[in-house]
Amino acid sequence: MSAPNVPHDKDYESIEEHEHHHHIVSPMVYLTIVGILLVMTGLTVAASYVEMGMFNPIVALAIAAFKMILVVLFFMHVKYSTKLTKLTVGAGLFTFLVLVGMTLSDYWTRAWGRW
Amino acid sequence: MDNAIASTQALPNQPLMPHESAVHDEHDPHVVLPQHRHHFETEEQQREAGSFGMWLFLLTEIMFFGGLFFAYLLYRNWYYPAFAVASVQLSVPLGAFNTVMLISSGFFMALGVWAAEVRKRELLVWMLVLTTFFGCVFLGVKVVEYKEKWEHHHIPGPSFSVAEFVNPAAYGIDEKPLAPDMATHTQIFFFLYFAMTGMHALHMIIGIAILGVMIFRARAGAYTTGHVTFVENFGLYWHFVDIIWIYLFPLLYLISRHQ
Repeated sequence: MSAPNVPHDKDYESIEEHEHHHHIVSPMVYLTIVGILLVMTGLTVAASYVEMGMFNPIVALAIAAFKMILVVLFFMHVKYSTKLTKLTVGAGLFTFLVLVGMTLSDYWTRAWGRW
Repeated sequence: MDNAIASTQALPNQPLMPHESAVHDEHDPHVVLPQHRHHFETEEQQREAGSFGMWLFLLTEIMFFGGLFFAYLLYRNWYYPAFAVASVQLSVPLGAFNTVMLISSGFFMALGVWAAEVRKRELLVWMLVLTTFFGCVFLGVKVVEYKEKWEHHHIPGPSFSVAEFVNPAAYGIDEKPLAPDMATHTQIFFFLYFAMTGMHALHMIIGIAILGVMIFRARAGAYTTGHVTFVENFGLYWHFVDIIWIYLFPLLYLISRHQ
């Protein structure tokens, strides 16, 4: 029973007015997103049985990236967040890509000219 | 317990104390709610700080899983034949089913955050229960998959066997046999498979433990009085775990399928 039993100093309406900067995402948005996510899951399974050579992993990763963006923007509310949150998420992904890019360029060029 | 819940729900309808309503002014940014810590200027600032902190934690998680993903990318390039053949051993129907379970779990988590925000205590409890349920189904399927790997001696270690990869015809597998030296590299695939899915599963087990506590506290009305930060930040964690699986599923199960 750790519920805060302190009386509120205001009613529902004024709380919503006070928090009007905070966007409450409606369940319909979530329903739409989950529908798209399920369709994309079916699509990525279907695409994996189609012979596309080197494009198979690219298509799979593109679909995964699209699903990730939907989850981040809507389920994780980044679309409705402040610039600080948006910048934090963007900076994290960017830093990760820089680390991958730099490490990969090392592996690709280490034996450069020796094959 | 029921009486306690009823009294928690009845709280907002209680008559306001005169001096408190006098203090409240919609233009005054310093409105004090019970959950408001004194070192934050406003409740929005407090909420923002909590969310920022959670995202910083998730960035460290991106780097952690990112290292595993990068190792997978590199070894798959080096030992492509071994990785392709070993990857085909994984069950696409089970993986796809688990993806649907995780997406459903994430959907109910998102609805749970909504329920907390609109202060529907009963609905929040049910959404958290459904989130937990689909998470548990996912882990159950994972157990079935791990057991199958155990039976085929595909768990890296002393009892690892390349027999199915050097002589697939003897096991009724319709694949080209691998040269013995390349076949030993299938062990790297399975090591990364268990490291990545195992770490993912560990995150889910931790998440389910926290969900259990949250259901208990949500029943007592802890998150439906305007203080939704905990539910919201746990939601971020749970969706992050979803995203990891969104990448794991195609990379481990799907991209070598077409050969």
